[in-house]
Amino acid sequence: MASQEILREEPSRGSFINDPKVRGIFFQAVVVIVLVALVWWIVQNTIDNLTRLRIASGFGFLRGRAGFDISDSAIAYSSDSTYGRAILVGFINTLIVAVAGIITATIIGFILGIGRLSHNWLIRKICMVYVEVFRNIPPLLVIFFWYSGVLAVLPIPRESINLPFGSFLNQRGFYFPRAVWGDGSWLIFVALLVGIAMAWFVARKARQRQMATGQQFPVFWTSAALIVGLPLLAYALSGFPLSFDYPKQSTFNLTGGFQVKPEFLSLYLALSCYTAAFIAEIVRAGIMGVSKGQSEAAGALGLRPGSILRLVVVPQAMRIIIPPLTSQYLNLTKNSSLAIAIGYPDLTATAGTVLNQTGQAIECVLIMMVVYLGLSLLTSAVMNVVNARMALVER
Amino acid sequence: MQEHDTSWVRTEMALSQQAPAGVRGLGAWIRKNLIASTGDTILTIVGIVLVAMILPQIINWAFINAQWTGTDRTFCATVAQGGIQPDGWSGACWAFVNAKFGQFMFGRYPIDERWRPILVAVLFVVLLVPLLIPRVPRKGLNAILFFLVLPIVAFILLTGGVFGLLHVETPLWGGLLVTLSLSFVGIAVSLPIGIVLALGRRSKMPIVKTLCVVFIETVRGIPLITVLFMASVMLPLFLPAGVTFDKLLRALIGVSLFAAAYMAEVVRGGLQAIPKGQYEGADSLGLGYWQKMGLIVLPQALKLVIPGIVNTFIGMFKDTSLVYIIGMFDLLGVVKLHFSDANWATPQTARSGLVFAAFVFWLFCFGMSRYSMFTERRLDTSYKR
Repeated sequence: MASQEILREEPSRGSFINDPKVRGIFFQAVVVIVLVALVWWIVQNTIDNLTRLRIASGFGFLRGRAGFDISDSAIAYSSDSTYGRAILVGFINTLIVAVAGIITATIIGFILGIGRLSHNWLIRKICMVYVEVFRNIPPLLVIFFWYSGVLAVLPIPRESINLPFGSFLNQRGFYFPRAVWGDGSWLIFVALLVGIAMAWFVARKARQRQMATGQQFPVFWTSAALIVGLPLLAYALSGFPLSFDYPKQSTFNLTGGFQVKPEFLSLYLALSCYTAAFIAEIVRAGIMGVSKGQSEAAGALGLRPGSILRLVVVPQAMRIIIPPLTSQYLNLTKNSSLAIAIGYPDLTATAGTVLNQTGQAIECVLIMMVVYLGLSLLTSAVMNVVNARMALVER
Repeated sequence: MQEHDTSWVRTEMALSQQAPAGVRGLGAWIRKNLIASTGDTILTIVGIVLVAMILPQIINWAFINAQWTGTDRTFCATVAQGGIQPDGWSGACWAFVNAKFGQFMFGRYPIDERWRPILVAVLFVVLLVPLLIPRVPRKGLNAILFFLVLPIVAFILLTGGVFGLLHVETPLWGGLLVTLSLSFVGIAVSLPIGIVLALGRRSKMPIVKTLCVVFIETVRGIPLITVLFMASVMLPLFLPAGVTFDKLLRALIGVSLFAAAYMAEVVRGGLQAIPKGQYEGADSLGLGYWQKMGLIVLPQALKLVIPGIVNTFIGMFKDTSLVYIIGMFDLLGVVKLHFSDANWATPQTARSGLVFAAFVFWLFCFGMSRYSMFTERRLDTSYKR
């Protein structure tokens, strides 16, 4: 009986201060107090400094006249525009270079990554040298190399290099014919959209039919005919409204056409070359991550090499590739802020100029942070959707 | 019952024969690796054309046509540009690199005091090499000297101002000296902070966890330039009036915090890979939190993520070049600065300087990645699969 009495007693508790729960609460309380004190101190200092420097905080300055020119702008902008518009111009430029860079880097990276796994010794080595060179030098150096090492020493406009399709290359950038859309050209775009929609519909139907009956349908050729043919038909129907404005050589400069400035060109080329090396490694790892048994089993089922790659290896490799690919896309977007070093007016550069002119350091840095964080979150969200579609569907 | 006749079983080994002629030798290697099929042959031809187009040009430019010695721009400019080279000449201007080598290494560090960074570099190498070779004993002492004594000695030697050494202000520092000091301090500071952040992110205390997550995700979401801007523009606003920071120190803070966030994610990956049984085993032995982490979990977790840690180091080493944008002159910054030297301005100067800088960066980064591969193989205890 006595022993049972003892058992019913509360298990002996350690000292109060050894309880992990109590310790956790105590520790967190200390962290919060220290943090609040630190923030309080920083805020006080900042307020003091701002009043001393006579800087009004707040975002009112965005409505002020910018007073500086931006060399490369996708939307209407002049030095009379507001600071807010200047930052918007920078934001759009960041988007342009990031999207262009991502597309190019992905294409080059996939070619290199597959090349590194080629059976061909020479191709393998060429791809390896490229990857090892670009992975181990700073992106800023690559940008400078394109800008001061390659593009700046091109010939002057009078001695421009002629390229196919009436394009020119010289010190001031790359010139190519600008498309001029005449009356009725909207029909072509409508036709293109209709073509894409129909191609999608055909692909869906064909897939359903193959699932149900096993009969195949030449989806690729039908889609190609729809997407290319319909706009061509519209082009002919609306009376050939498209013409080109070719760049022409005059005494000192080229006139007409569309000019891509060397700043954009070097940033775009450098980011693409640099990120491609990383994407190549990711692609290689992804393809190597699919076990050999998969492709052997597919071969045993009688699939041809092309189909093995398309239906068995790539879908599985994509699962491994997409998450690190996302972070490379984010890196590229963030590296586009290096534009400031060569004077391409991206977000960091324009916001930096605004910062220097107005002294609104906190607001400007805050704008940069919010925009880049937003872009990061957006890219991650898009890639997460892609990833979810690719992910392993298990029972 | 009939006895088994085993006389047909061979008693001695057959002599090994050479592989058939079709699968050995140079011809077979070429057949297998270069012209296995029609497509392969086409690829090989494309590859050969590509190499034949690019490689001779590079060799010509970098070695055969290069100008190795010279005192000013005339040595690297064509006649039309006011130099001595024939028209149409294109070659590297190594004379420029040669003339500016001291600047590229030390920046504007006083010439009479350059023995100090050289001494630091020698100490650095002398302490680093035995640390990297696994066979050399006394790793503990070596590590203490390298991570605790060397930074103090290096700081005293480089800045001076005591023991009769001339005080050298950090704005005078430059070149590879700044690149290496930024990355060494960045590496030494970011790893411990990163580990603490990673532990915080996996902590059960909600406030600590939230703080760590917010810090890591914010820093990882913004470019380093923004962080450096913040360190150079906003930090002075945050401090009481009159308190000023050294510019180099501000860059150091920015780079270290940035790298710490990336390091934290790498370490977290390692922590997640450790099976739960290890944590529980440590708990059941009665180890406290720091004992559990320090003795059981972190040694295993860090070993798993060595490649990731080294990759972060390499990334940080490359990122130090960004301090150029906030007005400091690391290796790349100094090279860029000297393009505009009127004494050397030719079309080849920029290229040559950048190729030299790229080569230096490449050597360091490639060395680090190769060493990490070596360590990975050595520490591989083959528990995987």
